[in-house]
Amino acid sequence: MKLPSPPLPKFLRPTPPRPGDGNGHGLGRNGGNGHDSPTTEPEPKKLDKAKGAAVEGTASVVGYIDERTGMSPFLRGFLYRKTPKGNTWYYTLGSATMFAFVSQAVTGVFLAMYYNPDPARAYDSASHITNEVFLGELVRGMHRWGSTVMIILIFLHMGRVFVFGAYKYPREINWVIGVVLLVLTLASGFSGYLLPFDQRSFWATVVGVNINASAPVMGPYIADFLRGGAEFGASTLTRFYALHMLLIPGLIGALIGAHLYLVSKLGTTAPPWIKAEKKNLNSEAI
Amino acid sequence: MADSPPEPNKKKSSYTADRGVAGAFEGETMTRRGLMTGGALAAGGIATAAFGIPALGFAIGPLLEDQEPEVWQDVGPESDFTAETYVPRVINIVSEIGEAGKTTIYVRTALPDDESPSDKPGVEPLPMVAISTRCAHLGCPVRYIQASKRFVCPCHGGIYDEQGAVGGGPPVRPLDRFYNRIRNGRVEIGDRFSLNNKLDRFSPRDPSQHLDGLWQYLYPSRPST
Repeated sequence: MKLPSPPLPKFLRPTPPRPGDGNGHGLGRNGGNGHDSPTTEPEPKKLDKAKGAAVEGTASVVGYIDERTGMSPFLRGFLYRKTPKGNTWYYTLGSATMFAFVSQAVTGVFLAMYYNPDPARAYDSASHITNEVFLGELVRGMHRWGSTVMIILIFLHMGRVFVFGAYKYPREINWVIGVVLLVLTLASGFSGYLLPFDQRSFWATVVGVNINASAPVMGPYIADFLRGGAEFGASTLTRFYALHMLLIPGLIGALIGAHLYLVSKLGTTAPPWIKAEKKNLNSEAI
Repeated sequence: MADSPPEPNKKKSSYTADRGVAGAFEGETMTRRGLMTGGALAAGGIATAAFGIPALGFAIGPLLEDQEPEVWQDVGPESDFTAETYVPRVINIVSEIGEAGKTTIYVRTALPDDESPSDKPGVEPLPMVAISTRCAHLGCPVRYIQASKRFVCPCHGGIYDEQGAVGGGPPVRPLDRFYNRIRNGRVEIGDRFSLNNKLDRFSPRDPSQHLDGLWQYLYPSRPST
């Protein structure tokens, strides 16, 4: 299959020669001063020279990378893939969810620079972030509210996929990956809720772990695994912290990669209100 | 030997020489390529298991051992407690983690019907009733209300009577208790234990785990307690 090459961005396109321009290639949009006669044409302005060099330089760097990585066929296929007629804003919910995840990852990394997952110090370090660190309240607030935004977006995205029937053949595996991502997102919310280590997060986690303990047969062991022992103890907080910042985000990132790969490979579904074109489909007419 | 392809219905020979593999040795049953593939996979598998299994065991280790040593905590002289009402006391459930490791218990002097008339030999009646405030529904802290002689849970409305047996709401079994003893006139609190609705003792369970009827077999005891 031959993919169409994408149009170059405007700043990379060579400027077509202006009428009456002798040397045939202008160096940018403001290259010639039309009012002056060719004989009095001054040397190209410094700005134009710089612009030309920048264009050349960018093109050569892009070319250097592309020659060595072979990225451009992949990127062309990924970024300029064909989508069905009738795309709407509903199709942006998946990207919005991923953006929410990226913002959680970035703010989380910076919160981890100040947070201390020790039962005796966790609450103090969290309130230190809020009250004393420069912009700490904002970053912690973004992480705290962003988690809710991510949950809302992932459910809206799932609802969109369900209502549009986009889980059907051949996209069943992508639905399954999406469900795993949903569970991981909820697990991330649950494990993150403990970390401020105030009364609310402590008791919410006690109740949450005991809900896990109420599962038949496996429940008692799941609860012991989550707590790191029979009682809510010293290792519970570090366990939740490790799950929250290492294991779960790593799995989410990897599965988002698989999810996106399948989206780009299989394409998106047309919205249900777009009807297939009837041309040549009526076998009786043949 | 390599000239004619094997007939479809004939069973393939296990010797590579008979199957027409190029460069086959006599008596050889596995191609060298197959050996290399299998060997590489096996080596990778062994290497992965060599770090994976210990790491997994490290993560699930706390399930397999009882980490809290048996300690007896002094909660005051015997004269502090009566049979009429409960006295709240704070004990350490988990050591060395500060406030988060502490819990409130309610203590009173035991009466004859506070425990099931046990048919098990060697089960001594306890001198005190030391009730855990951990609700048997999902683990919220219950409060004793003297006027109504009830334990009440703020989260989902669990109610327990004066012995800690379920009086209403979602809890599945009575409130847990603690082993206790009297040494030199002072009351000491030991490990936690759970009770079924007949007030028989069981090893400590998490909240929400049934201990009666067929349900009890769905919630086994754990090595960590």
